[in-house]
Amino acid sequence: MSHILLRHRDIPDLHKFNVYKKNGGFSALKKAVTKMQPSQVTDEVKNSGLRGRGGAGFPTGMKWSFIDKNKWPHYVVANADESEPGTFKDRELMEMNPFQFLEGLAIASYAVGANVAYVYLRGEFWDIAEAMDKQIAEMEEAGFLGDKLFGTDYSLRIYTHLGAGAYICGEETALLESLEGKRGQPRTRPPFPAVAGLFGKPTVINNVETFANVPMILANGADWYKSIGTADAAGVKIYSLSGRVRKPGNYELPFGSTFRQLIYEHGMGVQDGRPVKALMPAGASSSLIPVNDKVLDTPLDYASVRGMGADLGSASVIVLDDTVDLNWVISKTVKFFKHESCGKCTPCREGTYWMNNIVKRMGHSNGSYKEDTDLLLNVAKQMQGKCLCALGDFSTMAVVTSIERFPKDFNRA
Amino acid sequence: MTKQVNVTINGKPIAVPENYTVVEAAKLAGIDIPVFCHHPKLEPVGMCRMCLVEVGQPMVDPKTKEVVMENGAPKIAMRPKLETACTNRVFEGMVVQTQTEKATVGQKSTVEFLLTSHPLDCPVCDKGGECPLQNLTMAHGPGKSRFIYDEKLKMDKQVPLGELIYLDRERCIQCARCIRFQDEVAGEPVLAFDERGRTTQIVSLSDPGFDSIFSGNTTDICPVGALTTADFRFGARPWELSAESSICTQCPVGCNTTLNTRREAKAGGEIVVKRVMPRQNEEVNEIWLCDKGRFAYHYAESKERLTKPMIRKDGKLSRASWDAATKLAAEKFTKNKKDFVVLASGRLSNEDLFNLKSLADTAGGKAILYSDMGGGDVTKLVGVGAGTNLSKMGAGDAIVVVASDLYEEAPIWWLRVKQAAQRGATLIVANARETKLDKFAKHVIRYTHGNEVKTINDLGKKGKVADEFAKAKNAIIFYGSDGLGVNGTSALASACGSLLKETGHVGRANNGLIGVWQRANDQGAFEMGFEPVDDLAKALKGKVVYIAGADPVGDNPNFAKVLKDSKFVAVQDLLETATTEIADAVFPAQAFTEREGTFTSGERRVQRFYAAVPVKGESKPDFAITSMIAKQMGVILEGSSVRVVFDLLSNSVDAFSDLNYDKLAETKEQFPIVGRSDMYYGGTTYENTKGLGVQLLPMAQVGGTVRIPKVRKEAAIHPKEKEILAVPVNKLYDYGITVSSAELLEQRIGETKISMNSSTAKKLGMDAGKTAKISFNGVSGEALIKIDDSISAGVVLVPRSMGLAIHEPVVGKVK
Repeated sequence: MSHILLRHRDIPDLHKFNVYKKNGGFSALKKAVTKMQPSQVTDEVKNSGLRGRGGAGFPTGMKWSFIDKNKWPHYVVANADESEPGTFKDRELMEMNPFQFLEGLAIASYAVGANVAYVYLRGEFWDIAEAMDKQIAEMEEAGFLGDKLFGTDYSLRIYTHLGAGAYICGEETALLESLEGKRGQPRTRPPFPAVAGLFGKPTVINNVETFANVPMILANGADWYKSIGTADAAGVKIYSLSGRVRKPGNYELPFGSTFRQLIYEHGMGVQDGRPVKALMPAGASSSLIPVNDKVLDTPLDYASVRGMGADLGSASVIVLDDTVDLNWVISKTVKFFKHESCGKCTPCREGTYWMNNIVKRMGHSNGSYKEDTDLLLNVAKQMQGKCLCALGDFSTMAVVTSIERFPKDFNRA
Repeated sequence: MTKQVNVTINGKPIAVPENYTVVEAAKLAGIDIPVFCHHPKLEPVGMCRMCLVEVGQPMVDPKTKEVVMENGAPKIAMRPKLETACTNRVFEGMVVQTQTEKATVGQKSTVEFLLTSHPLDCPVCDKGGECPLQNLTMAHGPGKSRFIYDEKLKMDKQVPLGELIYLDRERCIQCARCIRFQDEVAGEPVLAFDERGRTTQIVSLSDPGFDSIFSGNTTDICPVGALTTADFRFGARPWELSAESSICTQCPVGCNTTLNTRREAKAGGEIVVKRVMPRQNEEVNEIWLCDKGRFAYHYAESKERLTKPMIRKDGKLSRASWDAATKLAAEKFTKNKKDFVVLASGRLSNEDLFNLKSLADTAGGKAILYSDMGGGDVTKLVGVGAGTNLSKMGAGDAIVVVASDLYEEAPIWWLRVKQAAQRGATLIVANARETKLDKFAKHVIRYTHGNEVKTINDLGKKGKVADEFAKAKNAIIFYGSDGLGVNGTSALASACGSLLKETGHVGRANNGLIGVWQRANDQGAFEMGFEPVDDLAKALKGKVVYIAGADPVGDNPNFAKVLKDSKFVAVQDLLETATTEIADAVFPAQAFTEREGTFTSGERRVQRFYAAVPVKGESKPDFAITSMIAKQMGVILEGSSVRVVFDLLSNSVDAFSDLNYDKLAETKEQFPIVGRSDMYYGGTTYENTKGLGVQLLPMAQVGGTVRIPKVRKEAAIHPKEKEILAVPVNKLYDYGITVSSAELLEQRIGETKISMNSSTAKKLGMDAGKTAKISFNGVSGEALIKIDDSISAGVVLVPRSMGLAIHEPVVGKVK
């Protein structure tokens, strides 16, 4: 089966403007702007069953329809801050198939009536930003961006913006703060961005991968897209596979593919042929899933992964085999979140710092850390459900699930 | 009135305005929800997570859209997660639980988290004893720490954000109240967070550090001991302090204050003022105080205080008894009835001025107000109506500020006018130069010096701005002495009064004229019948002069000669001054901290102040000194009870006719609710228990005849070639005796600077930062050159009370 998103793997030089155009590029944008009402575009995306690929899996069309139509102007922002450890799909998309993403962003902007869209890239993506500025210029030159697209009254400008190196700026409200030139810290919600987003105006924020789906949906129709994947999750997903697998990388699979297919068919199995011990389906923010045959045969969609006590998130699957000590794993995740906590709310700022102290102690204690494990579990649970944004809860996921689901790794069984 | 909604908090039903947050609604219901980052005067941010509560709402049937009922009451769906009470607004049918196990565990968790990084140095912390973190730990925190003390993060503990405010980075709990206060309330966003996570810390972005005139307020609202003032830090423990209510004497706003006092070894065992704190009066200063009011109180404890009466013998001042000194003065006053002049300033209380005026009247003398600003006759007629509250002004209202630099002259008015503009009031700033208020103004009118009256008259004609002013629901005009002297301000007051009268903006709350006076009680002096004169030297020449609360010689050395040539000079004051030096009789007066009295603010609010510290030496209150002199002249004036003086005053001054000390001491419930018991909510601002004061009714509100005095035409001043027009401007921190004795403020006072635009500087061959010699009217001195291109060509701004005696616009030379 040919790719829908990673089409550059089928078509050489797809990152070049002419190649992309020759392969049907921008026809979806033209169709939307010249032949469809904005609401029709939104409806088409709604009907396709497309869900946000940033992690939360919120229905995309519905998000677009929530935008406050009594307040103008509207903005669309692409979240290209891809910073979850283990996630590297947006990078490949933007490097290798950038026009499909930009076309999707332009279609979304048309659908919600935005005349300005921003691509917020993590600071380390400076080379992507440089290339993207040229790609945007090429689109403007060809009349696919700029004033009065295709002779209509619709105008659109896209700007790139580089972050300054903070994980938290992938959180949509912190991203907006950063984009406004402020300190990247999350806002309290409500109000939601659809009502008061960028510069206080109604704003749609979607992940890069989400936008990349849109041209294909418009080109081939909602029904075509819905026919791929499962009832819970339509279409394809790019899984970023990493950890103890033989062939890590991005794999575009229809929703409903199983962990076994991903790890053994595409990832060529585990290094040294060892058994999988645990899976982290959503990067460092994941809950850990103890692995057995039933788990390996579970389809990789939102509902099924939730059924195993975890979240699919951005589908960055980290494979841990039986050589991996989970005590060591959580020392890494906790240190990461301690470093990335923005400091705005108390439980996250203090809790990640405290947890990091405890895991450091545990690492130096030659296994006699029962009291510290109890304390760690207690502190992590004490943080849960009390933080301002999701980062605080994320920092506790690996901790709580490792200790509770893998007691042996903590001398508790 | 805002729509009310019905909510139930801990089972208690209460109706609250719909824009209230859960924290505020609970406060109204008498239920305290603990908070750190929330402050009722700041936008909610939900950062500290202390106010976690359970929130529920009536279940709605998704099909019928009707509320599901259960046992005759709406069925409540509690939300799965705890919510922050500070960011959730109330809605109809909301149910809040603040004390369930889930909620209390949440609150306890937050306290434990906060304490993991807190140094727990309460025994040496200034905040100890009035600390929200201490109090809320006692109420909601765990009894024991599970965090290993040695693992606490070490951070800098003595970081001067500026010279007035110190930061202890270990104590800071990152609530951002200080940052948000500076952004949202003060409009001086000079603080920010640096770094992130656990190392997040407050930094000052300005140079000089913490460059704000409202910085002290951040120490009041800081919920821990992270921010302390250089003035008070390590000075005393809060529980050792006594508190007495007072009124700030630094400007005409009349901020309500509380003086904290303590017996002090360093002061030789005397009881001294340790700090000045704001006292809530939502119609005057809310819960704020400017840095001048907070830090410039030391003059009352100056070593230069006069403590004994003195008379001149053989050319030298020497100690005398009260009887001998007052007798001497009385004899001179009686003998020269025709030439008797009383010169007093608005530093004195209403009662002092009343007795002084009574003495002048009975002795056939003249009562002169020591001030460069006139127009009090107009504010008596069309001053702001009773009930005026700048906090209530917003969209649809208009505020004009003309010939006044409110930021320098009356900081709290500046702050509240700025906030009214931010709420949508049309702010019109008219001045000959740029001031800090300009950037908040909807309309900035730039006139050339001498055109103040014309500018106001033009606002009465047709035009966009004029129409907006005329149509405003409510309108207030602030006028001041920026660039003007007695004549100019008197004329301007008349013009403003006429404009207000013609547009119907008089005789009602939030309408009328406010004088931005040079001293706290100038308005009171006008009420008592004092008036300034255009040519003070002429008025004093060859007279018998009784000076109270003024230092004309110190302000202008030219007066030394004038007074030396006069027949007799009696001076009563707090401190030794250049004027007491040449006096024939000197009487030591008591400071406002040592006695009772009342002041009348620029908004014509009469407010009481109380005695906080014991009297110094043999000093007496001014009204009593006057009474003693009067007695020796055979005139009976009340001299023992200030309350009785006020009663007599209210009998003879119409505007005060219904007032007495009890009325002035009345209070009512104010919002936000602040007080010593729950300082975590509003900060360490004191609750007002001793009087909100009473606003006088202007003539226009009483219904009497309002006849605005005609504007006297003045000849324009035309400097010749090689001359400049020197105009006076006012500076917040100056060499005035009430400021200069505060050592902390030295850096803020700075050097004397005169300002001009670059073309004038070029023409004069001057550079910015260079020293120049300026001379006018027999005065000359040196000053640094400052360039400000908003000033008209040929004009040089000279600050008042900075060593160059300037009272009004005058022709001069700069070399």
